[in-house]
Amino acid sequence: MSASLLQLLRRDLAMLLFGGRRGGTMLPLLFFLAVAMLFPFAVGPDPRLLARTGGGVIWVAALLAAILPLDRLIEPDIELGFFDQWALRGIAEEWIVLMRVLAHWLSFGPPLMLAAIVSAALLGLDGHTLKLVELGLLAGTPGLAALGVMVAAVTAGLRGGAALAGLLVIPLAVPLLVFGAGSLATGGESGIALTAAVSLVLLAITPFAAGAAVRAARG
Amino acid sequence: MQACTLTASDLACRRGDRVLFKGLSLALRGGEACQIVGTNGIGKSSLIRIIAGLMPAFAGSVATTGTIGLIDERPALDPQLPLGAALAFWQRLDGSADAAVERLGLANLLDVPVRYLSTGQKKRAALARLLGQNASVWLLDEPLNGLDSDAVKLVEALAGEHLAQGGICLIASHQPFALDGMGQMALAEYTL
Repeated sequence: MSASLLQLLRRDLAMLLFGGRRGGTMLPLLFFLAVAMLFPFAVGPDPRLLARTGGGVIWVAALLAAILPLDRLIEPDIELGFFDQWALRGIAEEWIVLMRVLAHWLSFGPPLMLAAIVSAALLGLDGHTLKLVELGLLAGTPGLAALGVMVAAVTAGLRGGAALAGLLVIPLAVPLLVFGAGSLATGGESGIALTAAVSLVLLAITPFAAGAAVRAARG
Repeated sequence: MQACTLTASDLACRRGDRVLFKGLSLALRGGEACQIVGTNGIGKSSLIRIIAGLMPAFAGSVATTGTIGLIDERPALDPQLPLGAALAFWQRLDGSADAAVERLGLANLLDVPVRYLSTGQKKRAALARLLGQNASVWLLDEPLNGLDSDAVKLVEALAGEHLAQGGICLIASHQPFALDGMGQMALAEYTL
């Protein structure tokens, strides 16, 4: 079983990581940087304003970047018959989804954390704020990845599923955003701890919710 | 090959608000084969998916022993990967070494991305996946679609060898499928 899961993870990573075959894997990263770069143009170059709002901008940009690959996460594998073949081999959908969450996180979480350093320079954030942003992203992006996979599974096979997935993720990501970006305002670690708690809840629910959704979509 | 059986009792299938067939029973043991025949839309594919456990039956039950291999209209190969790499994923997952690519005429297509393959070539590739799986119960949904006459003979020969090794073949097809000792089941007898 674990050997099969390793093979699944290997395939998922080859799909989703840089140069991955499912296309556009650099897009979330570039999108993230583009948003962070555009923001100063939109609100003006006042360094105090940028420093105060920059952390929140990074969080919103991270959320938007995590939404981009949603339509490629689950649906193609249902359409191509992969999930059917895995089911025949006795690999539970819950495990498949868990591997997918891990691969999805690896494909955007760590790269975003690196890109956040560049964005922090663009927005003129100080070292302390950058540290809070990085810790918050470390705690929050696994939850975003789980949420993304869950919503991608629920909307797989629906007409306009891609647009619907984006629309569903945003309200569901509010707790992550409130606690993650909120930790910047309060300057404390409690916000990061709460972000991590929300992430853990999402990580715990996702395999079961997404697994059930995949089975229902198979019909 | 491990001993295998396939028993379906009193199956009914519903799609939407229509019951496609009901009261269907079927029993196959190792070395036996059955072709399900019927017009388009009568429920052949649904029956295959119910027996594979991929779709719930409206009524009745299915019991199988032995591993199940399925061929349907979707090859389950990554379209953007070269055929060799796409098949290699399943070989690693199934722990098989030889995917019989030579015999299926795929040897010089291994570098070609799956999305450039023709319907028939994809079907051959799916057969390579099936052979590598080493499953004892073969469920073949329209296995001859898109295949040329040589490939049709090859599939019939492969199915024959599978039966000789003690496997089961359940074939849903409206095309003639030449296989010694194969029973036929007309799905029309079970419609309402």
